[in-house]
Amino acid sequence: MATIFSLVIINKSGGLIFQKDFTETARVDTNEAMTQASIWHSLHAISAQLSPTPGCTGIELLETDTFNLHCFLAPTGTKFVLTCAPRAAGMEVLLQIIYELYSDYVLKNPFYEMEMPIRCAEFDSHLLSEIRSRS
Amino acid sequence: MKSTLKGSASSSSSAVSPVDRPLSRPRTEVNLSAFAFLFSELVQYSQQRVANVTELEHRLEDVGYRVGSRMLELLCFREKGNRRETRLLGILNFVNTTVWRSLFGKPAESLERGADNEDEYMISDRELLVNRFISVPKDFGELNCGAFVSGIVKGVLESAGFPAQVSAHFVPVEGQPRRTTILMKFAPAVMAREQRLGGI
Repeated sequence: MATIFSLVIINKSGGLIFQKDFTETARVDTNEAMTQASIWHSLHAISAQLSPTPGCTGIELLETDTFNLHCFLAPTGTKFVLTCAPRAAGMEVLLQIIYELYSDYVLKNPFYEMEMPIRCAEFDSHLLSEIRSRS
Repeated sequence: MKSTLKGSASSSSSAVSPVDRPLSRPRTEVNLSAFAFLFSELVQYSQQRVANVTELEHRLEDVGYRVGSRMLELLCFREKGNRRETRLLGILNFVNTTVWRSLFGKPAESLERGADNEDEYMISDRELLVNRFISVPKDFGELNCGAFVSGIVKGVLESAGFPAQVSAHFVPVEGQPRRTTILMKFAPAVMAREQRLGGI
């Protein structure tokens, strides 16, 4: 059972549209989170250009002593960033599931405006139950 | 006639115009995601043309009404061999099973008579298929996009000769937070006719 710290969703222009902390230790306030998200967005873009091999799509995994950061880039440019405990397994699969939940409960919601902050109760509850079942 | 309608110079192509296809072909299934996107766009389209939540519900109901009256004709032809329902219980069962199965793939969960009023009946479902991916924001109040489904039911009932007021409501119960009830309130003329025909 891996500990999942937080999930951040960044739209294609680098703005923060969703942020959720799943443990007490990882609480970040919104303004700080927005700054971090835009920094990550730029870093991600630069890393794709820095790569010596052609066809690189940017940072997918950042490993540190205290946490791992997984980043999934959707074909539309939306980034799903998940921080978890080191040596956590199955995070890529989890990111795929979260992407599916996003495309179901956010994109099919008529009251959601594209690229705006996500405020969908169904997405929140399904996400929470998915995370709870894994940590 | 076919080729003139299509405006093409070539003689009959293999594609058949929708109005010429046989009516009794088997039911086909539609991808849920495709429907969800279409319905989401329908709601957004309606939202741009109304001033408030009540009007939005009425608009969705109107769209559903048009679907409902056509569904009745088609289902009577396909499923019931052109038999017509004349009794209240008959039409209610028709809506509960045949219409629901044709729309959503399975019959509705329950059909109940209203406790307080003789002329009220309720069809309930754990969660309406059209509402599956929709989260209504707080500032929309009591909006239920199931108004589309209640419009379909209204269209079926009125075209069958049982005029009624139909509405959709969220009725959360233990373990089913998105349980929805379609409430049908029949016109006095319908109840009077039922009484004459033999009462319930």
